[in-house]
Amino acid sequence: MRSLFQHLALATSALALTACQVGGTESAGDNAPPQRFSKDPYPSRYQPYPGVPTLITNATIFDGVGGRIDNGAVYIANGKIEAVGHAAAMALPEGIATIDGTGMYVTPGIIDVHSHLGNYPAPSVQAHSDGNEATDPNTAYVWTEHSIWPQDPGFSRALANGGVTALQVLPGSANLFGGRSVTLKNVPGRNVMDMKFPSAPYGLKMACGENPKRVYGGKGGPASRMANVAVTREQWIKAEAYDREWDKYEAKGGKMPKRDLTLDTLRGVLDGEILVHNHCYRADEMSIMLQMAKEFGYKVTSFQHAVEAYKIADLLAEAGTCSAMWADWYGFKMESYDAINENIPFVHAAGGCAITHSDDPDGIQRLNQETAKALAAGRRAGLDISDAEAWTWLSANPARSLGIFDRTGSLEPGKMADVVLWNGNPYSVYTRPAKVWVDGALLYDAANPALRPTSDFELGQPGEGDVK
Amino acid sequence: MKKLLIAAAALIAAPLSAQPVAITGGKLVVGDGSPPIENGVVVINDGRVVAVGGPGTTIPAGATIIAAPGKWITPGIVASFSRIGLVEVDGGVPGADDSDADDSPYSAALDIGWSVNPAASPVAVSRADGVTRAVIAPNAGEHIFAGRGAVIDTAADYDPITRPRAFQLVELGERGTSLAGGSRSAAYLTFTEALRAARDGRQPGGPDDSLWTDADLRALAPVVRGEEKLFVHVNRAVDIVNALKLRREFPRLDMVLVGVAEGWMVAREIAAAGVPVIAEPLLNRPDSFEQLAATQSNIGRMRKAGVDVSVSLITEWVSRGARNQRQYAGNLVALNRVPGHEGVSWDEAFAMITSRPAAMVGMAGEIGVLKRGARADVVVWSDDPLELSSAAEQVWIDGVQQSLETRQTRLRDRYRHIARQALPPSYRK
Repeated sequence: MRSLFQHLALATSALALTACQVGGTESAGDNAPPQRFSKDPYPSRYQPYPGVPTLITNATIFDGVGGRIDNGAVYIANGKIEAVGHAAAMALPEGIATIDGTGMYVTPGIIDVHSHLGNYPAPSVQAHSDGNEATDPNTAYVWTEHSIWPQDPGFSRALANGGVTALQVLPGSANLFGGRSVTLKNVPGRNVMDMKFPSAPYGLKMACGENPKRVYGGKGGPASRMANVAVTREQWIKAEAYDREWDKYEAKGGKMPKRDLTLDTLRGVLDGEILVHNHCYRADEMSIMLQMAKEFGYKVTSFQHAVEAYKIADLLAEAGTCSAMWADWYGFKMESYDAINENIPFVHAAGGCAITHSDDPDGIQRLNQETAKALAAGRRAGLDISDAEAWTWLSANPARSLGIFDRTGSLEPGKMADVVLWNGNPYSVYTRPAKVWVDGALLYDAANPALRPTSDFELGQPGEGDVK
Repeated sequence: MKKLLIAAAALIAAPLSAQPVAITGGKLVVGDGSPPIENGVVVINDGRVVAVGGPGTTIPAGATIIAAPGKWITPGIVASFSRIGLVEVDGGVPGADDSDADDSPYSAALDIGWSVNPAASPVAVSRADGVTRAVIAPNAGEHIFAGRGAVIDTAADYDPITRPRAFQLVELGERGTSLAGGSRSAAYLTFTEALRAARDGRQPGGPDDSLWTDADLRALAPVVRGEEKLFVHVNRAVDIVNALKLRREFPRLDMVLVGVAEGWMVAREIAAAGVPVIAEPLLNRPDSFEQLAATQSNIGRMRKAGVDVSVSLITEWVSRGARNQRQYAGNLVALNRVPGHEGVSWDEAFAMITSRPAAMVGMAGEIGVLKRGARADVVVWSDDPLELSSAAEQVWIDGVQQSLETRQTRLRDRYRHIARQALPPSYRK
């Protein structure tokens, strides 16, 4: 995915220069060469903040890909993970900052694949409610980055209490096609572009089940699950035609087809550039959505919520589709009625890609704790899953599902230094982050009140600058 | 205590009350804020705790002995503020939600006890995680008075009410403002007029006599007299101060404050008033304009100022999330190691989900504590009950050992192995 996307990014940056000419191509002759519009018109402007080369020693390390190192060391410099292992075996420069991690744990930063920070920010008033464009079953034309308020105080809580270093913000699930998601670095910015994870692929939020039929049942449909599927298929049929039209144009030139923002997004999915994150709870419906992906030749990268993933864990593993799940949410709607505490470990044990997600500005502060509960439930059910292995639910698998695992999601040399130092075992309720680095920059330090971000909204309010 | 047991599956919950039971050898937590007793013993008989102590505790002849070495023995968790048993499925699913009555002309008179369904899934799910009692509150419908709450047990039987009409719940914060017509002034006027009418035994005159029925006013009379507790839902610091001022006109109000997100800012006032609070421990975002100062240190700071605090979920998951109350309490202990935060001790955190909520509904010494004479609600845990990896392994309610089976465990067992078998999954029971 990385190579594909980087290729696109390079291609589009050059081609963006011609974008302004698009409006003038209507009269181009049949032999005009193809022109391309930018596929990245709101590019990331994220720039890592400076850090100092730092060595953490004597800590327990979960490398994020299943490995555990006792009494280990992590060395970060130039924004990257430089070395992971034992300090004695590392070639280290003189005089680097060293943190004694005795009794502490080091992990990759947590990545939440399902957040509404910024598009449903605090305070949660109607004026801030920007996550669902509930006006049409297909709003694939909206990009949720254009809803994100960077001053949502929730971002800082996710960093300081949750050790969350990256997150995907998704449109809501009112629509069959909710729009594009965006992946962010959890670093405050003045606008969303300052926060965008560089060159992360876009996601498309899709939804099945109760929500679309509830929202549109009284507005001309879909009013049933069968119509959810029918309307979704109709959109893919349109997208296929659009894709063919543009493929032909891009190969041979001629008159540029009319652009359609909705179909641009769907075409991106068919071309493998945009990743599908499908809100779906029930096993029967997830099975149908996997079949739909076969019908139209795309891939479901992840099911979001996937409350009944445990019933079809084999099918999900076979499809290579991730399941982003809660540890123990249940019964809050009919389609979550069959939730079980072992969902995450059962998906993992079947060889699938299991992810602990939040979909919640409070839950995002405790994804390590939610994982701990799920892990314990799995062990009580007889599964043998190590602590280090379960961390794949928090960083590596989330990164894979967002198409950024080549750059983050594990403690491996060369990767972004997105790192959390915990003041104890992160699966214990008594543990909190001690320090959090993003790209090697120390952005949270429990011992230093200056390293605790305060959003504009909180300045001058009661409790400003307080611990949260 | 004779009980009708629910469903065949629950019949394995054979009453053990016929003879004494002694649970021995574990780390025993009394629940009153005192430190755990190593190698502790609790003896229960006929639904009550008859003896508690260290290894020297006398065990009656003929007692069934349950050895629990390496385990933790505690009173059952008390859900401090919940709607367990009122809702099978959230989200307004018809027939599955009894928590409010917004089409009813009644408000304060609504007695939540009639709405409790002990066979609702959240009851079993809570029980299986060591929650043995629950304070249950009605949800305000059209009026600031939500109605009369109760205390229930979570046992597998059809006799759930431990204490009916334990308190009245009134909304005097942002929600009350909205219900009363748009301002706090309206909410307080509505409240004081109703209490005056109840006190004086008259219907209040005014623009809309239909605000109150005689039944509502009759229900408020014991509140005015201080004979029934008044739970007041407020969050903003000034709302808390104003709520405390209500006792100037109604001096006998026996108040408990619920929510109290900005309580730390007026902790001394709350402590001086001697009013206990039920608060959410992890609220730390300015999610509304009545909790701009929310911090996880709220409870620790109030406790330090001498406020009596219980821990609960209040705004979300009230219908089914009580099993995570212990996780929430554990997080308060975690704060002790974060500079600048104010946490609470383990002993205090555990009391905040057992004996403190019991006291807030007037049931101190009766539930939420392992003391002689208390109801025999006992849980044996695999380990520290505030820790995420721990589970309830044995649960007694009123001395009756309970089934820990739930819909969830049945589904787990059905799908533990999903490879195709001789018959479809529907045949695996």
